[in-house]
Amino acid sequence: MENEVLLEVQHLSVGFESYNARVEKVFFNAITDLNLTVRKGEIVAIVGSSGSGKSLLAHAVMNILPDNARTGGKMYYKGELLTPEVMNRLRGRQIAFIPQSVAFLDPLMQVGDQVVGTLGEKARALQQKAFEHFGLKQSVAQLYPFQLSGGMARRVLLSTSYVAETEMIIADEPTPGLDLKIAIEALKDFRVQADQGKGVILITHDIDLALHVADKIAIFYDGRVVETADTQTFRGDGQGLKHPYSRALFNALPQNGFNLQRCPKCGATCATWNVDEEGMRCGCGDS
Amino acid sequence: MADMRLRTMEKAGGPFLNHRRKVLLIIIGGIVILAGLCLWGLLMDPSRYAPNYGARLLAPSFAHPFGTDNLGRDMFYRTICGLSTSIQIGLLSALVSSIIALILGSLSAVFGGKLDTVIGFLVDLCMGVPHLILLILISIAVGGGAAGVIIGVAVTHWPSLTRVIRAEVMQVRSAQYVQVARKLGMSNWHIAAKHIVPHVFPQYLVGLILLFPHAILHEAAITFLGYGLPLDTPAVGIILAEAMRHLAGGMWWLAFFPGIALLCMTQLFDVVGDYLKILIDPHSARQ
Amino acid sequence: MNKGLLKYLTTTVLRMVLLLIAATMLSFFLVHNAPMDPVDAFLGEVTVSEEQRAQIAERWGLNKSPAEQYLIWLGNTLRGDMGESRTYHEPVTKVLGERFRASLLLMGTAWILSGVLGVILGIVAGMYKGRWPDRIIKTFSLILASSPVFWIGLLVLMVFAVELQWFPLGLAVPIGKIESEVTWAERLHHLVLPALTLSITGIANIVLHTRQKLIDVLESEYVLFAKARGETLKQLITRHGLRNIALPAVTLQFASISELFGGSVLAERVFSYPGLGSTAVVAGMQADAPLLLGIALFSSLFVFFGNLTANILYGIIDPQIREGGGIDG
Repeated sequence: MENEVLLEVQHLSVGFESYNARVEKVFFNAITDLNLTVRKGEIVAIVGSSGSGKSLLAHAVMNILPDNARTGGKMYYKGELLTPEVMNRLRGRQIAFIPQSVAFLDPLMQVGDQVVGTLGEKARALQQKAFEHFGLKQSVAQLYPFQLSGGMARRVLLSTSYVAETEMIIADEPTPGLDLKIAIEALKDFRVQADQGKGVILITHDIDLALHVADKIAIFYDGRVVETADTQTFRGDGQGLKHPYSRALFNALPQNGFNLQRCPKCGATCATWNVDEEGMRCGCGDS
Repeated sequence: MADMRLRTMEKAGGPFLNHRRKVLLIIIGGIVILAGLCLWGLLMDPSRYAPNYGARLLAPSFAHPFGTDNLGRDMFYRTICGLSTSIQIGLLSALVSSIIALILGSLSAVFGGKLDTVIGFLVDLCMGVPHLILLILISIAVGGGAAGVIIGVAVTHWPSLTRVIRAEVMQVRSAQYVQVARKLGMSNWHIAAKHIVPHVFPQYLVGLILLFPHAILHEAAITFLGYGLPLDTPAVGIILAEAMRHLAGGMWWLAFFPGIALLCMTQLFDVVGDYLKILIDPHSARQ
Repeated sequence: MNKGLLKYLTTTVLRMVLLLIAATMLSFFLVHNAPMDPVDAFLGEVTVSEEQRAQIAERWGLNKSPAEQYLIWLGNTLRGDMGESRTYHEPVTKVLGERFRASLLLMGTAWILSGVLGVILGIVAGMYKGRWPDRIIKTFSLILASSPVFWIGLLVLMVFAVELQWFPLGLAVPIGKIESEVTWAERLHHLVLPALTLSITGIANIVLHTRQKLIDVLESEYVLFAKARGETLKQLITRHGLRNIALPAVTLQFASISELFGGSVLAERVFSYPGLGSTAVVAGMQADAPLLLGIALFSSLFVFFGNLTANILYGIIDPQIREGGGIDG
């Protein structure tokens, strides 16, 4: 029997309005018709190349997109329609967001105070516990963001969700900059939290890492999810996968021999092919 | 980002008054009004505002929209002439000032090192003495009159634009395409003519136009204090200084209309400058 | 105090002193380049023999080279002797001292008023970006930014002194009263209009700057994250907005002292307020070289003090300068 659905995203689209060089209004879509379901006790990894708009999904769920963004589709949290008002009530309390860089920390505030946030003094003890957990000295709490190394910043950001004690976590690229031991530790942490009944969305460009911890993997390409599959499907030569792009991504992993499919006609690797919902083909016209 | 679907909302064949056309129309309209004002004053028959002792201190009416002063001079025509004088002086001094800024800013950015330090020191020095005190000192150093005003305003208004130009030139110099051109063996003159000037000139133009209001206000201020133009010139500063003496008598129109006219004119310069900025840098049009 | 901050402060102070010396040299050169003969200006209608003229010139050191004259002036000034004002027939230091007190009261009031009001209005505008409170505040500030100070002064005078008669037409104290008999209430009564005028003109800059900075802060990634953690707009502004606005606002306000001084010259002129600014106008008209130099020095000192304070505050408030770089975790 499957667990209760936490987050349900239906037909989400995100686009931006801006002005081009001729001072004309232009509109471009960053996410198109995206569907995603996250259940309790589940880690769903969203895997896609850097800059493909994965972070926007997280920002859209958290309702922190910029003013010129336009969204479509519906989202439900535990069956309740996620309107901006509902989200503003839930965020930080029910859903925690772990951003991807040190720029998400206030440059003029000591990081200890930032981890505690508006949760009050009871969170101070949790912050100390979190720092201990992620191997940060307690003196780091008195530092300012510019004094942190990349790895320290990442651990501070992880601490913020540790303190919040929410039902759901959305982590945007939580591992780059961490050394392997701490990265694995952090991922194990997500596993532990999921096993306690939380839902986790793990946004990453690293399919290998996703395979280690996730229950489901959503392959993200150019603003849409081309396929969502159970982690078990990713094995052997990937024949269980429906979409050729997922197969190509899986086969390109080192342990699978860096296999890159080539176009029989012009010889271009599949990294340059066009991808849509149906499949992928080389731009040279051969199918 | 790869393969973003761009869609132009208002194509070139769209409604006649698209955003770009509107911006252009406002700029051209503003320049035409200002040029017209300048010419109107230049070509005006001085008898229009000659003393008429039969019509002294008249309140605004249909025949005298701005009223008349204690010598029976028509305030409307005097004000128009004053604005024209202000535009001419503003044009001349802002032009001189902007050329100083262009030269110093470019030298500072291109040669850097000691020259950059010296020019930076000059900028700080010029900003360090209150402008009005400096204007008074310069005015007495050159013996007062129109020359004093023009020189004074010209040598006090270059610092901020110098900084802008310096930053712009530095930015282009380090830009990739300029580095590539250098590697390809293009001469310095070629790079300057082909890359640096076309990039810096628009910024210079905006800076120049936004200098006008400052130049004009300082011209009016120094004239108001009695250091500027000879007392018989129709200048807004002189008109307002005279009006001050009749204030207690309730002759409100003497100060009110010339001031409003000056304010409208400086606002017009600001509008033209701001819209020019939008035309050059569409991103500033987002709001 | 650590090394980084100390080094930062020393270079800042050193640079300021150099700038101040350069500023006095510039003023000296300008005053001495004036085509007016200071001896003639001093004597006015009085005719004297060539010998006597030469004696006066000798006493003032006019026959020496400009560089020597400058050094003599600098030496005397450092000893506290800035010569005698030819207009007021009093030592320059005494004239400056009296005028400066009046000016300081005026500028200080206007400075605080424009700073506090400006930051509040800027925050309100930034919070309601694009909506009507923002539009009203922004339009109003843009208009004020390009209004001549003296014209605003004239308008204020017309409305509040001539029409409504709430406040006196000018001066710092009631006419015909001895300095010692003037009460604080009377002083304040005379101060309101000039201070109001001066603060109105300084406010636009700080409002627009604070507004823009708050908008930048509210669009920053760290505020996005704070929002995602459930902070309300009020919390965002008190926790992140004020913290990140304060530094640039304070810096800007200290750096605006130069403009404030310029504005006070005009406001004092309109309201016949006997401060440093109106004295500068008179000194210039009378070619009163010692007094002019004194005012130039004083005003530069004032501006440099403002900039220095801004820079020092920057060093103390900004952790990036205070703590220096480096990682020690």
